[in-house]
Amino acid sequence: MHIVVCIKQVPDSSQIRVHPVTNTIMRQGVPAVVNPYDLFSLEEALRLKDRVGGRVTVLCMGPPQAEMALRKAISFGADHAILVTDRAFAGSDTLATSFALASAVRQIGRDMAVDLVFCGKQTIDGDTAQVGPGIAKRLDLQLLTYVSQIDAVDPERREIVVRRRAEGGVQVLKTRLPCLITMLEGSNELRFATQAGIFRAARYPVQRWDSKAAGIEDPSRVGLKGSPTVVRKVFAPTPNTQRADLISCESGTPEDLAATLLAKLTTRNPELAALLGRAGMQETGR
Amino acid sequence: MIDYQAPLTDMQFVLEHLVGERLAGLAPFAALDRETIGAVLQEAARLVEAEIAPLNAAGDRQGCRLQETAVQTPAGFPAAYQAFVDGGWQGLSLPEVDGGQGLPYLYSHVLMDMLAAANSAFSLYPMLTQSACEALRLHGSEALRDRYLATLTSGRFAGTMCLTEPQAGSDLSLIRTRAEPDGADAAGPAYRLTGTKIFITGGEQDLSENIVHMVLARLPDAPAGVEGISLFLVPKLLPDGERNAVYCRGLEQKMGIHGASTCVMGFEGARGWLVGEANRGLRHMFTMMNLARLAVGSQGLGIAEAAAQRALGYARERLQGRPGKGQRTGETVPIVAHAEVRRMLLRLRTGAEGARMLAYDVAAEVDVARHHADPARREQAAGYVELMTPICKAGLTDIGLANASLAVQVYGGHGYIRDNGVEQLLRDAKINCLYEGTNGIQAIDLVARKLRLADGALPEILFRRVAKAPAEGAFAPLPALLAQAREVTARLQARLAAGEDVTGLAYPYLEGMLRLALAGQWARAQQAAPALAPAQAARKQAAAVFFARTELARARAEFEIAAQDPAECALADPALV
Ligand SMILES: Cc1cc2nc3c(=O)[nH]c(=O)nc-3n(C[C@H](O)[C@H](O)[C@H](O)COP(=O)(O)OP(=O)(O)OC[C@H]3O[C@@H](n4cnc5c(N)ncnc54)[C@H](O)[C@@H]3O)c2cc1C
Ligand SMILES: Cc1cc2nc3c(=O)[nH]c(=O)nc-3n(C[C@H](O)[C@H](O)[C@H](O)COP(=O)(O)OP(=O)(O)OC[C@H]3O[C@@H](n4cnc5c(N)ncnc54)[C@H](O)[C@@H]3O)c2cc1C
Repeated sequence: MHIVVCIKQVPDSSQIRVHPVTNTIMRQGVPAVVNPYDLFSLEEALRLKDRVGGRVTVLCMGPPQAEMALRKAISFGADHAILVTDRAFAGSDTLATSFALASAVRQIGRDMAVDLVFCGKQTIDGDTAQVGPGIAKRLDLQLLTYVSQIDAVDPERREIVVRRRAEGGVQVLKTRLPCLITMLEGSNELRFATQAGIFRAARYPVQRWDSKAAGIEDPSRVGLKGSPTVVRKVFAPTPNTQRADLISCESGTPEDLAATLLAKLTTRNPELAALLGRAGMQETGR
Repeated sequence: MIDYQAPLTDMQFVLEHLVGERLAGLAPFAALDRETIGAVLQEAARLVEAEIAPLNAAGDRQGCRLQETAVQTPAGFPAAYQAFVDGGWQGLSLPEVDGGQGLPYLYSHVLMDMLAAANSAFSLYPMLTQSACEALRLHGSEALRDRYLATLTSGRFAGTMCLTEPQAGSDLSLIRTRAEPDGADAAGPAYRLTGTKIFITGGEQDLSENIVHMVLARLPDAPAGVEGISLFLVPKLLPDGERNAVYCRGLEQKMGIHGASTCVMGFEGARGWLVGEANRGLRHMFTMMNLARLAVGSQGLGIAEAAAQRALGYARERLQGRPGKGQRTGETVPIVAHAEVRRMLLRLRTGAEGARMLAYDVAAEVDVARHHADPARREQAAGYVELMTPICKAGLTDIGLANASLAVQVYGGHGYIRDNGVEQLLRDAKINCLYEGTNGIQAIDLVARKLRLADGALPEILFRRVAKAPAEGAFAPLPALLAQAREVTARLQARLAAGEDVTGLAYPYLEGMLRLALAGQWARAQQAAPALAPAQAARKQAAAVFFARTELARARAEFEIAAQDPAECALADPALV
């Protein structure tokens, strides 16, 4: 089985500041990380490979520094890494990005046919969740978004069964390969890299493809030219409604209600967990 | 609650700006780049934070359990150990030919910095295995190395150091465990060992496939005293899989590090092989014990860091009192708003960060001593490590203990309460001052041995380094302190030459030397600080100033104490204590 995982390098959002006057994101000095959502897809791809064998190729479009993101993926066990990098891609929006990535996936398939493409659910910087579906459409792949679990995969019969989070429930879906999957966050836990993996990653010669190598013949489809989206204005919206959540749980005892509230608060704001951990404990001593 | 967060920024600051250059020039590490090191440290941090730190508090409560002769470590320890082994972390700084990763020795200290902070009890198992590896690698026969080195380096087998006996603690000449010749096999001449060892860390556990004991014992015709002690390798499971006659006969109930098993080990005719030469066991043990002492120093560092992290976090949240002097109204403020609390917090931070600089500095010199192209530079580095080993072992473990105590203080009464997690640090910190040679023994080693080695030239290696540190701003008094250190050192050396017993004032001398060495580090850190992001640079500079304004005076006082005539300090008569 040949699995391609699209990963994007993004600025570490936990360290991002927004310029107070211009409202633009201040990227200087912010370390770059692999888009956290993509790591769930990478882990799922590696698990599939552990289960049925095959090859995992990681693909990234970005500046030369984005090689770091690919090396990271190699350290966890990905077999191959391709960086699609070209000045011609600068300023690509989601339309142009998915065009370029789709083309690159097609090129990757020349070497060994691609059975599965993974994307993250969305990114933490662009946040559009459009690139995955964009690639699927262009390559005419079955599209499975918000997947929380892969129940079965059969490379011979070319079938896959997954669970997909949908409004009000979980869908169990069967489809044929090849397909494109975007994984839901939290659906698995990324493995630890071994040192052997880290050293392999350090020495691994990441392949660099320019737009031609990525199979892009028409330069007007990528970069600024290929990007119809125009950013008019960036601003922080003022919330106009206060959101309310109904807290309910099965037993309805005060303790359970409190625990549910706490769980809601801490999942929404992980930092709060640390704060509450301490504040909660202050009650126990005098 | 976040149990522990590896201080990667500070680690990288020290590695890149204070010690990194020294490694760059060493041939075996020429191919190592910043990015690979960054990736290694990040992944180490991930493993330690996610798998090992969360077991700390529960492991303390649960402790180890003895069933018959088997020991059960706390829940989660076996899985975490397996993850540690699978990642290849045991062999981080061990040679590639033995299956290690071949990274600089320095990085084993960075790893220990993380491990000990996250879970001191857990950190002991890999530490002892590393010690056993060093002893075997340096002194074992080829046959023994072939049999055990790769499995120890990977961590599949764990190691122990079996020195202590009920009657033989600091004084190992009193060891009684016997080794009788018992034929020979593929691994060389074999022996049967009989005797009791106590306080053996990891003597029995459920983490590794096999346990390889490094045991000090006496051959039948051995001379009395330390010249009659030999080193043996005794596995729990023999090569054919059969159980060897070495059993855990008891588990100690301890003040801290409950997750580390501390075993009474019965050697009941256990089969073993000689490591190195007969009757030179103590010397063999010491070549690796020096490294173990540095490692224990870095356990002190880890605890110092954990204490600082907890206290800083708490002080920003705990609301108590009003701002400013004598104010009775107004908003209640976090206790960090009080200068007296800030004094404690700065002491905690300078304690941890200073310990880090010194530990990494000395560890980097171990690499220089091993690999530098220039023999003179190698010799100088080795001399520096000799001198600094007791200072790091005692000094950094004292800092760990002091920091743990200060963290409890910052928490107030809440610090004394179990659930808040800082009292465990205090209990876990103390052991570092005791094992691998008590801190008192370290001070004596510094004065009675290290001041005499190489015709008394070792201290000058430190002094010259400190002299090169920029004595700017708050560090203006540094040259005067250095002059005082030289004078005290010369005086002690003269007394030693005259045959006087100066060990009664060895500890104050060690305290002075520790602060002098730290001052050199901080002066350089102050200069390098602008490489950090602005807010961090400002904090680093503040810490440097705080260190200078508080610790230089303490250094002067300690040297002043050490300069006195021990005969005039009421130290001479056991009847008078
Ligand atoms: C309105 C708007 C205007 C923009 N304007 C600009 C601009 O002017 N200049 C500019 O440089 N950028 C601009 N961007 C950013 C850029 O278009 C997007 O970051 C990019 O197209 C990817 O979209 P996304 O981040 O929303 O990804 P999503 O669609 O949220 O990502 C889903 C998944 O697709 C995959 N993926 C996405 N991008 C990549 C990639 N590069 N390589 C590999 N896999 C990937 C990942 O698996 C990811 O998890 C703009 C974005 C928006 C929304
Ligand atoms: C939790 C734990 C784990 C341990 N793990 C191991 C292990 O894995 N392997 C192992 O072999 N041992 C281990 N030990 C033993 C440890 O190394 C010894 O306890 C230590 O060396 C001190 O020996 P002692 O306890 O007999 O103290 P003693 O030697 O009795 O010392 C008592 C006091 O006298 C002082 N003193 C002793 N001799 C002198 C002297 N000549 N001059 C001046 N002062 C002196 C000491 O500094 C100390 O303050 C462990 C101990 C503990 C508590």
